[in-house]
Amino acid sequence: MEIWDALYQGIWIALQPHNLGLAVIGVVVGLFVGALPGLGSVNGVAILLPFTFVINSMTADPASPMIFLAAIYYGAMYGGAISSITLGIPGASTAVATTFDGRPMALKGDADRALVTAAIASFIGGTVATVFFTGFAPFLSSVALDFGNPEIFALMLLAFATFIGLGGDDIPKTLFSICFGLLLATVGFDQISGEPRLVFMNEREQTALLTTLGVADAEASVPFFDSVGWFSRGIQFLVLAIGVYGIGEMIWTINASRYKITMTETQISFMRIMRGIVGMKDAWKGTTIGSLLGFFVGILPAAGATPGSLMSYGVTKMTSRNPKSYGQGNPDGVAAPEAANNSASTGAMLPMMTLGIPGSPTTAVLLAGMVIWGLEPGPRLFEDRPEFVWPLIGSFYISNIIAVLVNLAFIPLFLWVLRMPFTILAPVIFVLSIVGTYAAYDNMFDVWLMVLFGIGAYLLRILDYPLAPAVLAVVLGATAEEKLRQALLLSDGNFEVFYNPFFDRDGKGQEWWIAPVTTWIAIILIAMPIILWLFRKVRGQHNEA
Amino acid sequence: MCLLLAQQFEYATGGKQMTILKTMAMGAVALSMAFTATAVSAFEPSKPIDFVIMAGKGGGADKMARLMQAIVEKEGLASKPLVPTNKSGGSGAEALSYMNGVSDPDHTIMVTLNSFFTTPLRQPGLKVDIMKFAPVGRMAEDTFLLWVHKDEGIKDFDAFLAEAKSRGGKWVMGGTGKNSEDNIITDFLNNNYGLEIKYIPYKGGGAVAKDLAGKQIQSSVNNPSEALGFYESGDVIPLVAFTDERLPLFPDVPTLKELGGDFSYFMQRSVVGAPGMSAEAAAYYTQLFRGVYKSADWQEYKSSKSLMGDFMSQLDLADYWGTQRDRHTTILKASGAIK
Repeated sequence: MEIWDALYQGIWIALQPHNLGLAVIGVVVGLFVGALPGLGSVNGVAILLPFTFVINSMTADPASPMIFLAAIYYGAMYGGAISSITLGIPGASTAVATTFDGRPMALKGDADRALVTAAIASFIGGTVATVFFTGFAPFLSSVALDFGNPEIFALMLLAFATFIGLGGDDIPKTLFSICFGLLLATVGFDQISGEPRLVFMNEREQTALLTTLGVADAEASVPFFDSVGWFSRGIQFLVLAIGVYGIGEMIWTINASRYKITMTETQISFMRIMRGIVGMKDAWKGTTIGSLLGFFVGILPAAGATPGSLMSYGVTKMTSRNPKSYGQGNPDGVAAPEAANNSASTGAMLPMMTLGIPGSPTTAVLLAGMVIWGLEPGPRLFEDRPEFVWPLIGSFYISNIIAVLVNLAFIPLFLWVLRMPFTILAPVIFVLSIVGTYAAYDNMFDVWLMVLFGIGAYLLRILDYPLAPAVLAVVLGATAEEKLRQALLLSDGNFEVFYNPFFDRDGKGQEWWIAPVTTWIAIILIAMPIILWLFRKVRGQHNEA
Repeated sequence: MCLLLAQQFEYATGGKQMTILKTMAMGAVALSMAFTATAVSAFEPSKPIDFVIMAGKGGGADKMARLMQAIVEKEGLASKPLVPTNKSGGSGAEALSYMNGVSDPDHTIMVTLNSFFTTPLRQPGLKVDIMKFAPVGRMAEDTFLLWVHKDEGIKDFDAFLAEAKSRGGKWVMGGTGKNSEDNIITDFLNNNYGLEIKYIPYKGGGAVAKDLAGKQIQSSVNNPSEALGFYESGDVIPLVAFTDERLPLFPDVPTLKELGGDFSYFMQRSVVGAPGMSAEAAAYYTQLFRGVYKSADWQEYKSSKSLMGDFMSQLDLADYWGTQRDRHTTILKASGAIK
């Protein structure tokens, strides 16, 4: 068995003291970078890239620098959950979905259980993905090649469908939330034509307004505000996410706990951590879905860990017998996104290494590193550089074990945060939200926008609008739009390209099944609530008769 | 080493990105083997340098920019780190308008493509005058080849013309951006060979290469650096080079000129400073990128990815821009993209 030999060799090299040491340091650094709002794996990897040149010259092992950076990447995926659960602010975009149920669990006094669930689910997700990676890398990269523009759009449609098709939720409100998210996603430069959109009054419009108001010398006082400069960059995803889950959630909690000083009770003991591990049996479903779906989304270029974790959350909720318990602190709701973001981050290494296309910002930095270490990512990497590939795969297994152990060991420290009274915690959350937003994009306008989104989110929450669909729409909106338009250019504006497998795309009369099957599943999911409603109505009449 | 990392880790927990970057810069300096002469110019960056990439992740420009950044760090050429950011929107419109309004031009540089010429011509509303940008350095000129998937069974340019003609609008060319380099070459083929190739813009050359390998599109005019991986794996084959002479990396691929077409096209890979950059700062960056150009890693990359062109900076580069802008005005007028 060639693979077994190679894997055995790889793991053995990954266990060499220098590689093991690098993996431990990388995981710990990643854990903290991931836990801090605003700093994610991409920052950690980019900042520490220069050190890898030193590592490269010190160890003379071609895989060592990558083992170090990959460990940071995984560590950050584990770490992202920590602030999502303890503070309610997503530590990184990949951990937004973890906030949905992780925070309610913490508020109910189950923070330890949420953290343990997140850690174990991350471990399972990462390991499952690594097994797939080991066994099927060449095959999976050819699967990724089968996903063209219509296929990826169909997949995006499916992601939206999982959010609409959730029984129990108010569907018009969910639709409103998605549309609002999509609207936000269109702000900024049009990816295809290059025209700025929704930038709110360019110079010409400002001049017109001033002239109407009767301002003398309107021409000269323009621009009186730089809205083009503010909005042409688009609405950044973390700005919305931190606003909604940091500020919005904080105001909500302040209002909910008015007149009473609350303190989240958490005890730390070995027994409670054990209890959390045993409790994993309640979260097997989320873990399974997250591990598999996350990996699949991860290997598709243009997707990555954030959509992977959001989609896994949606699918887990949709297939649940009790969807109403999601958002109230369901362990499956923590396990699914956490298993998925780890699984997806391993998956995203695949197109980066075998196709030379980074699926996420972090892998873009890793790709740059590989080029300078003298490696050529591409279809021939596995054959040409086994001395790099297999120790790296070996280190995926090792790093995951290190990460889960380190994470479990640090849980008491994270829980300590929660024992602060909310009167102290609230200002901390506020400050971290602001610092985190500024650190992520280096722009003060984004900070104001984030606060605005926070207030807006609070108001929408009073009115009982679900906010997760809006966040999902902002994440997927830009890609969905680009793929939709590219697919329609391909088909000369004919929508059949999405749902008709016999639509002739390239003049050769080939059949294309992936996009239509995906689209039809999405359509059925969207229609499901209506069908169920009709079904009930018909049965109701039948009973009356 | 471990000590430094521990320090790093402590800073990371402090949550101050700038501090981390500073530590990193200090570390990079302390650890670097060769700290080459930057003493010539009076300017020294006082904070991390914003390194804008005018294209999406994974394309030729992106890979090249990240390589430049890595070389700067590896060789310890700058006292502050370069922080790359991709601004891929609208064929460079996003990046150009960002550069135009940047508050600290002395710490903002950008890697450009030919969209540096075409996008301001197509979108006068952006109010971008490329001559106001600081001509830091031209690192190379990239080349273009016509690629098809091997399963199409096309062996040469004539066979390509015949097949593309017979499939009409069902023959799809993928390329980076609208009215970009790839679009210009596609227009040339359509106008001069009676073809109706359909052009679909992508965010980056990497995505184009992947979709050609996956047979989602029928042809591309990728740069060698973008298509090389799938060329080596045997998925895609080059048919013709849009250069003046045959490329050393592809000695068997004829140029279009050999086949009777009067057309060659290159893409600049230049680094520019934001409008309003001081002369001292521009001189500093020219020195910095001359160092990158001379490094063994860059020369190796240049020959392995079939890049042409020598280093060019300051007045020479500004002249080159003037010529290129005139040429692109003519090309865009001919294709009807501008009036």
